[in-house]
Amino acid sequence: MANNIIDLRNISVTFDGEQILKNLNLQIEDKEFLTLLGPSGCGKTTTLRIIAGFLQPDSGDVIFDGKLINGVPAHKRQVNTIFQRYALFTHLNVFENIAFGLRIKKTPEKEIKATVTEMLNLVNLKGFETRNINTLSGGQQQRVAIARALAVRPRVLLLDEPLGALDLKLRKDMQNELKNIQQRLGITFIYVTHDQEEALSMSDKIVVMNNGVIQQIGTPIDIYNEPENAFVADFIGESNIVDGVMKEDFICEFSGATFNCLDKGFGKNEAVDVVVRPEDVDVVPFEQGMLRGTVTSVTFKGVHFEIIVDIGGFKWMIQSTDEQFVGDNIGLYIEPDAIHIMKKSEYSGLYGDFSSFSEEFDELSDVNAEQEEQDDE
Amino acid sequence: MNKLSSRTRQALTAPFSVWMAIFVLVPIGLVVYYALTDATGGFTLSNLASIWEYRSTYLVSIELALVATVICLIMAYPLAYSISRMKAHSQSTMVLLVMLPMWMNFLIRTYAWMTILEDTGLINTFIKSVLSLVGYEFEGFSMINTNGAIVLGMVYNFLPYMILPIYTVLTKIDHSIIEAARDLGANGFHIFTKVLLPQSIPGIISGITMVFVPAVSTFVISKLLGGGMTYLIGDVIENYFLGNTGEVNYNVGAALSLVLMILILISSGIMNHFDKDVEPDGGAKK
Repeated sequence: MANNIIDLRNISVTFDGEQILKNLNLQIEDKEFLTLLGPSGCGKTTTLRIIAGFLQPDSGDVIFDGKLINGVPAHKRQVNTIFQRYALFTHLNVFENIAFGLRIKKTPEKEIKATVTEMLNLVNLKGFETRNINTLSGGQQQRVAIARALAVRPRVLLLDEPLGALDLKLRKDMQNELKNIQQRLGITFIYVTHDQEEALSMSDKIVVMNNGVIQQIGTPIDIYNEPENAFVADFIGESNIVDGVMKEDFICEFSGATFNCLDKGFGKNEAVDVVVRPEDVDVVPFEQGMLRGTVTSVTFKGVHFEIIVDIGGFKWMIQSTDEQFVGDNIGLYIEPDAIHIMKKSEYSGLYGDFSSFSEEFDELSDVNAEQEEQDDE
Repeated sequence: MNKLSSRTRQALTAPFSVWMAIFVLVPIGLVVYYALTDATGGFTLSNLASIWEYRSTYLVSIELALVATVICLIMAYPLAYSISRMKAHSQSTMVLLVMLPMWMNFLIRTYAWMTILEDTGLINTFIKSVLSLVGYEFEGFSMINTNGAIVLGMVYNFLPYMILPIYTVLTKIDHSIIEAARDLGANGFHIFTKVLLPQSIPGIISGITMVFVPAVSTFVISKLLGGGMTYLIGDVIENYFLGNTGEVNYNVGAALSLVLMILILISSGIMNHFDKDVEPDGGAKK
């Protein structure tokens, strides 16, 4: 407990009668890279703004380094933020942007100069001192924003979807760079994103949120391999989620067949959700299949084929490097360690069937989704 | 959007270009012509030389216009700021209220001020009647026909032109940069001096220009509210063209106008220079 830098206790926030955060509890360790992951409107940005001091929770305590900081305004917190749209001062050049926080602290000119130079080196923008912000590319502006926030030596850096506006390749580069910077400086990063891949590749710890409630906290590997419920399983990666019954320890039943698995500790004949990742399913000849079905769609994805198989009316997704053809009858083989058993939750039955479009697609075509994002800010 | 061909562009701008040529370029040409000629049409610099005797009029005009501009700025900035921080709906209501006086004719509004400020006007009548109730004989303030009344008229008439451009730049400032400043340790004072003010310079400059230029050249306000006690340069020019108080002399009138135009151009140039300082040019292009 001693090395928790931030401790959020029973935080609740309501906007216009809508509860954004519901009794949230979260401990953040010093020097870790923690990611708040969830769909838009899940409360991740609100959580960040509470830590930054831009927003006061309706109830609950914010503890920083062992001290209660509920009423402390943003400019007196040892926490700095990288904003979604960079929020650089366009009336100042690169040098003055980075020096902004230092000048407010009345740092001696010599020290300012040294720090700005150091920060520019850190973010690979050596020689950009006198450049005008408006002449920089998005990636360069983002680097200036990072340098500006780090120049005041925060204990914690908050990053609010900082790479959202960058194109894919640049985003990958910046992910590596951010991770490097975090490790080199040894400070805490709290990173907000809705991009699960970004979260998996950068974080020490991921906090999955939905509807203002933390769904699961864990390392990327835990979150991926041992999702707590159907929401997490569906949000992180692709998942086939089917209804099952735990016959006894290490034996489960789903889709009309019985399987060996590695899970235990459930009640006898307890109804459960079963998760099988598409890449963990092997395609075998029809007769040898533990499950048998008909291929309804095949999409070439480059690394693999994405194959949708109809098994007793439920559509499974399988990723395989061997091409199959629509209409083929195939068998599926599932290893015991590919099966993950979850307790039933409020999300049971909502996700994990590939007969319709994905959740992300629903969100894209939902006019309210953008609105939620706005409220979230 | 497709780029317009140069011919289409010319066709589209033609009405405006013709308008500008007839009603701006030609008049300016005439002003220059009259300023540099005498009654017989011969070239002379004596008109320009005669402006020297009006130097104090120029100074008073500039002084009153400056005072009015500063008062407008001091009143407009906080108002524009608070409007820009309101909800969208209240913002449009407030902007409407700011513009409301402009729906009425400029002359009528100024005449209205006469009836308010006169020795037997609204304010004095009210104060007198209140004081007479307690048995005190009050002479009344003399408000009209003072420089103060002229400045008041300028501020009243030109205030919206200061509020609107400042409001416009302030609404365009992304709220997250204010949060970023706060995040970096800036308190309210720092945010104002280091972020808001520099970012709103373009609006302040256009506001100052839009108030100062009409104020320095006005003759209606000084005539109605100054009652001929204070002559502004606009009044002098009007007199030379209309001959209200003396001879009609287009040449001296034009010379005075020309000098006023040059003064305004110089001050605009200085203002724009300030603007450039705030937005340093980009240096090397990427």
